[in-house]
Amino acid sequence: MLNFSKIKKSLLTAIWFMFLTFPIMVIHINPVEKAVEWRWHNMFLVGAGSFLLSLLWHYLIKKKERCFKDAGACESDTAPFLQRFMNEPRLYKPALSALTVISLSFPFLFSSYQVNIMTTALMYAVLGLGLNIVVGLAGLLDLGYVAFYAVGAYSYALLNHHFGLGFWTVLPVGALLGALFGILLGFPVLRLRGDYLAIVTLGFGEIIRLILENWNEFSFGPSGIANIARPSFFGMQFPLKGATIYIYFLMIALALFTVFVVSRLQNSRIGRAWEALREDEIACQAMGIDKTRTKLSAFALGATWAGMMGVVFAARTTFINPASFTFIESAIILSIVVLGGMGSIPGVIAGAFILILLPEHLRVFSEYRMLIFGAVLIIMMVFRPQGMISMTRRIYRFENVKEGRGIDK
Amino acid sequence: MEISEGEIITLIGANGAGKTTTLMSISGLVPPKSGEILFLGKPIHKMSPDKIVSLGISQVPEGRRIFPHLTVMENLHMGAFLRRDTDRIKKDLEYIFELFPILPSRRHQTGGTLSGGEQQMLAISRALMARPRLLLLDEPSLGLAPKIIKQIFEIIRKINAEHKTTIFLVEQNANLALQAADRGYVMENGSIVLSDTAQNLLSNNDVKKAYLGL
Repeated sequence: MLNFSKIKKSLLTAIWFMFLTFPIMVIHINPVEKAVEWRWHNMFLVGAGSFLLSLLWHYLIKKKERCFKDAGACESDTAPFLQRFMNEPRLYKPALSALTVISLSFPFLFSSYQVNIMTTALMYAVLGLGLNIVVGLAGLLDLGYVAFYAVGAYSYALLNHHFGLGFWTVLPVGALLGALFGILLGFPVLRLRGDYLAIVTLGFGEIIRLILENWNEFSFGPSGIANIARPSFFGMQFPLKGATIYIYFLMIALALFTVFVVSRLQNSRIGRAWEALREDEIACQAMGIDKTRTKLSAFALGATWAGMMGVVFAARTTFINPASFTFIESAIILSIVVLGGMGSIPGVIAGAFILILLPEHLRVFSEYRMLIFGAVLIIMMVFRPQGMISMTRRIYRFENVKEGRGIDK
Repeated sequence: MEISEGEIITLIGANGAGKTTTLMSISGLVPPKSGEILFLGKPIHKMSPDKIVSLGISQVPEGRRIFPHLTVMENLHMGAFLRRDTDRIKKDLEYIFELFPILPSRRHQTGGTLSGGEQQMLAISRALMARPRLLLLDEPSLGLAPKIIKQIFEIIRKINAEHKTTIFLVEQNANLALQAADRGYVMENGSIVLSDTAQNLLSNNDVKKAYLGL
């Protein structure tokens, strides 16, 4: 399987890497003793490591190519296993009930730090599901998604600060404002596709952040807004620990609501129109689909969730400033969608949990976070471009059309 | 140019004569620079494509343009996108499955996995799902085997005969198109240079020389 040429290639890679990392890994200048240390063992480690990784890489590529040649040979891979799992009620029902029990008892078993991370993961899951409408279903690459998140957060912060409006009043307002801004962004970019759309949305995200940063009279600039009220429970306020648990359950409810709405949307008329628009705009128009309205609805419905999560974010942290809404947030949400599987609801949720929980639990490697992040994305693109859990097409059954049994959707 | 109800009209011409553009203008995808398009006496040249489809003009675009990642069924449902009458849609599906017996056996496959001929059949079916009064066909013979082309043209005539659907056919394969059509127009450099019944055009010497290769 691994022939001589592959080993030779890996050896060359290893030598090349040893050469490349020589200045930073081997030479060490000690300015105190004015001496140069030569750390040759580092060179050996780099060489051995890159040689093994390269071998593994070639092995996996080869395996993938073999799979490609005779389809069906590698069907029972790890990833379709997840899909089979989803389709087998006997397997997923106990798992689902276990999940329910765990998620309900979670805040009482773990520290509030853990609960806080879990809440963050849930928030990103909802954000991912929202972006999934725009990117996964409608195929519009949106790099400025965080702008809508900021809109939601600031709408709660400002309305609370100036008018003392409560969390529950602003939650729908934030969602609505998010949708409004989605349409606002949607209008000028309707004609754009692909890379051009990505650039404009990226710009839009930055514009919103810069406005918030510089318009001191309106948004209090970089110093942000503090003392935002936490969500109340029928007028009652919780102490800090109680509030953490309360927000956790709130997020669980919101996440379930999102999953419900998004899955309904996906299998609806407009969901199909989005998918069709992603595939062929001209054919779509020839079918009588209003391109403008369909695209705008995708932007608006995607932004709604970001607006809503923004309100939750502001209520949870009680302090916001523009630094929370930088491009990296958009990038993380987008990675959640891409890593999890575009268009797939369980995929996006899994992606959110992995991308948010893993860095928290692997604080040891925090210095290498971006390195690992980049490597994971590259590896995913090479070996599993459709994401961890790829989107499954809904199957329509038409067994007995002649007898007029018709469409069971 | 004029198309009466229930007719099969063909527009023939060389590459780049403006045949597809004419068709795109009718369906609203390319707004005309000047002139008017009337459908049932109403001007439609300023309408958006979705309005035009809702009036009953449905297009089979050039190169088929089916949705490759949607299943055959979903493709057909996209054709009926503007319709809400579920019962009639079901009936039309049955009719289409009779017309193209290959489609029901392929209904759960994604569009991209079909063969060229099947894709063309799917594209025509998809357009028919909108219950058009006027069906615009752009080069249905493109890239297909002669046998399949013959089959598709038979079906086009059948649709016209059974449903009184008016058909406007744009073709490079002039011989085939004129045989199927009632009347024909010849286009050159963006304007109509000749119009006659299909029979007359087939025997017209200029047309023979230029387009039929006789």
